[in-house]
Amino acid sequence: MADTAHAQVDEHHYTATGIDHRKLAIWTFIASECMFFASLIGTYLVYKGRDVSGPRPHTEWLLNGRMQEQILEIPLVTFGTSLLLFSSFFVVLALSGAQRGNRKALIGWLCATIFCGIFFVGMQVFEFTHFYHRGMGYTTNLFASTFYTLTGFHGTHVTLGLIWLTTVLVVALRGKLPPEKSLNLEIAALYWHFVDVVWIVIFPVVYLIR
Amino acid sequence: MHATATHASEHVHPTWQTYTKVALILFALTFLEVGAYEVVHRHAPVGLAIALEPIVVEVLLLLSALKFALVAMFYMHLKSDGTLLSSIFAFTLLLAAVMISALMIIFGYLYYVAPTVNPLK
Amino acid sequence: MATTALEHAPPDTHAATGLWSWITTVDHKRIGILYGASAFLFFLLGGIEALVIRWQLMAPNQTIVGPETYNQLFTMHGTTMIFLGVMPLSAMFFNFMIPLQLGARDVAFPRLNAFSYWVFLAGGLLLNVSWLFRAAPDGGWFGYANLTTRQFSPGMNIDFWTVGLQILGIASLAAALNFFVTVINLRAPGMKMMHLPMFVWMSFITQILLLLAFPIITVALVLLMIDRTFGTHFFVPSGGGDPVLWQHLFWFFGHPEVYILILPAFGIVSEILPVFSRKPLFGYAAMVFSGAFIAFVGFGVWAHHMFATGMGPFADAFFSLATMIIAIPTGVKIFNWIGTVWGGRVEYKTPMLFALGFIAMFIMGGLSGVMHSSPPADLQQTDTYFIVAHFHYVLFGGSIFGITGGAYYWWPKMFGKLLDEGLGKLHFWLMLIGFNLTFFPMHIVGLNGMPRRVYTYSAESNFELLNRLETWGSLLLGLAFVVFLWNIIRTTRSSQAPAPADPWNGATLEWSIPSPPQEFNFPKVPQVHGRDALWEMKRERGGSLPEPQRVDGRGIHLPNPSFRPFIAATGVLITLGGFIGGSHLWVHLAGLAVLLYGIFSWAFEPTG
Repeated sequence: MADTAHAQVDEHHYTATGIDHRKLAIWTFIASECMFFASLIGTYLVYKGRDVSGPRPHTEWLLNGRMQEQILEIPLVTFGTSLLLFSSFFVVLALSGAQRGNRKALIGWLCATIFCGIFFVGMQVFEFTHFYHRGMGYTTNLFASTFYTLTGFHGTHVTLGLIWLTTVLVVALRGKLPPEKSLNLEIAALYWHFVDVVWIVIFPVVYLIR
Repeated sequence: MHATATHASEHVHPTWQTYTKVALILFALTFLEVGAYEVVHRHAPVGLAIALEPIVVEVLLLLSALKFALVAMFYMHLKSDGTLLSSIFAFTLLLAAVMISALMIIFGYLYYVAPTVNPLK
Repeated sequence: MATTALEHAPPDTHAATGLWSWITTVDHKRIGILYGASAFLFFLLGGIEALVIRWQLMAPNQTIVGPETYNQLFTMHGTTMIFLGVMPLSAMFFNFMIPLQLGARDVAFPRLNAFSYWVFLAGGLLLNVSWLFRAAPDGGWFGYANLTTRQFSPGMNIDFWTVGLQILGIASLAAALNFFVTVINLRAPGMKMMHLPMFVWMSFITQILLLLAFPIITVALVLLMIDRTFGTHFFVPSGGGDPVLWQHLFWFFGHPEVYILILPAFGIVSEILPVFSRKPLFGYAAMVFSGAFIAFVGFGVWAHHMFATGMGPFADAFFSLATMIIAIPTGVKIFNWIGTVWGGRVEYKTPMLFALGFIAMFIMGGLSGVMHSSPPADLQQTDTYFIVAHFHYVLFGGSIFGITGGAYYWWPKMFGKLLDEGLGKLHFWLMLIGFNLTFFPMHIVGLNGMPRRVYTYSAESNFELLNRLETWGSLLLGLAFVVFLWNIIRTTRSSQAPAPADPWNGATLEWSIPSPPQEFNFPKVPQVHGRDALWEMKRERGGSLPEPQRVDGRGIHLPNPSFRPFIAATGVLITLGGFIGGSHLWVHLAGLAVLLYGIFSWAFEPTG
């Protein structure tokens, strides 16, 4: 019996591939999420230019010869994009700190990550409010609905990522994130990077390509 | 068994120097993206705008794909984490791309080609 | 890691009886039984709906149910059988058998597994609660927009459908994630991917399909729900939206869904045939690759459900060819099954009869499928009873025959008693005859032009004779399941000797442990060297193994029971349930609060 019990120590960590269950799971989840965003992006692209009335995303000449001003604000979103890129950079530094047992680096970079994430969400809230005041409600036209749905779902994912990272930060602040548990941050970081790469796709597809 | 399992998961993650280099490249690529957009949007400088305009979509998609790949390979550690995770991600990305392209081709045909070839219209 | 009293208690304290032990269980075997019991009840409900439909169609111009109720009946029959019948019945076997066949003690995420079950149950109950409001979904299982938009379906009916399916989607995704990781990571030492039992392989491919297809239907359902709730125009033509996009998104999910329904049955049959033919599965590698090929090409054929929308010659040709190509790997499978039986010492036990019935019925369903892969033929057949005949031959003649065979095959392992052979054979013959009487005539009335989804037909149409036959056949089918129920009750109550660990001389690891298995499954995790691991072990020991003894599992690490998954599932139900009959902010917020509490207390609960 003692022999069996002894074998358990190994079994608890045993995986046939050597990859931790949670890491494999978060990657699988990310794969599944790819199809979720692919469906939203596909919908956006199929409906692009199909609306029956304005406002339009990009400046265009109407048939009556008048120019319709675009509603998208590229400088604002470029700023938001940079924030997300920064946060991805910061979170790898935080993870690297966690793996080396450098508590200062871990907490500092993690705070910076969360800070950037909050500002990104703030940017999006500002953007949406701004559009609303310019007369683009959720149901105004097909562009409005597809745009708000796609970027709104992305924003929701950012928010969930922020809740997750903040939870990890609280755990780290309590000193419960030693190097051997750095996987807890690694999987949150993977999700965070995924949210970032989705934005890397959305940014040109929605904002830059007319 | 346990020894090999631990060994396999002890991948070497990049150093902070690599991370910083990747960050700089990401910002440079973003700068290029917005730059390409602005050049075509403002039609200035004219020569560059005329050269860029026909291929701007491809350029933007390429730049975005590069950024995507950099984040996935270095920040998400796919480069050092073995083939299983990379294959899962790559396979799905392929399927996602196929799905989006198929939708665009099918609806592009329905909306823009079919009305011109339909003898009833 | 926090140390709790439970952690060092012997595993038997987990296996207490009573309602609370079932609500908090994280044991894959118990969750499997929960899946099976709930799914079987939903399956019977869906069967009763089908019988009412057949009763209504027995004679022309009947008004046993009106057109509105009829719409609800066929919608709920389809939705129930697919999402609450076949899928969770397969999930029962995933849960019970995948860890056992892998030589594992549980799935990778036991609490997530419990969460999947409770979310599934919530979704199933929500869908069926609609009957109490006299507002059951009535837009077909495919829910075509813009029939299902607010303008044409103003009631709560479609709300129940969009919300119910989203909840079920969450359950399927969580379960698929779990089993995907389980199969990759929890294989017994030495078990390579190409050593996996075929049921595990087919289930594994099913999980991949679930993971990739369900997000798509989720997006489609969310867009439809937003259209209905907030007045957007995703599928409303007056605002530029396109109902055809709904069809594309739906079938991009819907076709892989068809393989999600059939692949587990392929796996079950591939387990039964070798055992009762005393021969290893013929062409193992070809079986694996043809299964994978079917699944992945299955992502490229969705628009063959939509030939009637007019997609143009290019798309028609592409999707027609892609569909025909799928017949090739399917044919490979059928030849390999026949090759497995060929020259074997065949024992005609009940599971074997169902497996053989499966092959025959599935061939017929597959052939009619190839017929309407051709657009000109499809345009004649679409929306007629020919299509109804086709998909019942693959989903009833295929999936249900396979699952029923699996139930007879694995019953002794799950419950420790062998089902009665005589009643089992009666069940099989009643089901085979009843099934063919019900569905074969549908080919003919379909080709003669009887449309689907219409609540009656005229006396001049000459459909009556065959419809009468179909109704009598469906009664036989119902009787077959009464016999099954009787068999279950009689077996459960009987005082027969407990089933041996290995009643069928099985080839896979689940037969190497006592029936029913102890909570920790394997006292010692087995070492595997190749395919058909148990046959291999028996050969090494000169033909047979000693009957395994129940052992004291002291010291074996098992996860603690937890009620948190149940709380989190309740949160999911309330959050999304707030979308029924418009959006109710306070319900969403209350649900989110419950969900967050569930997830956070779950995340910080000591796992033991």
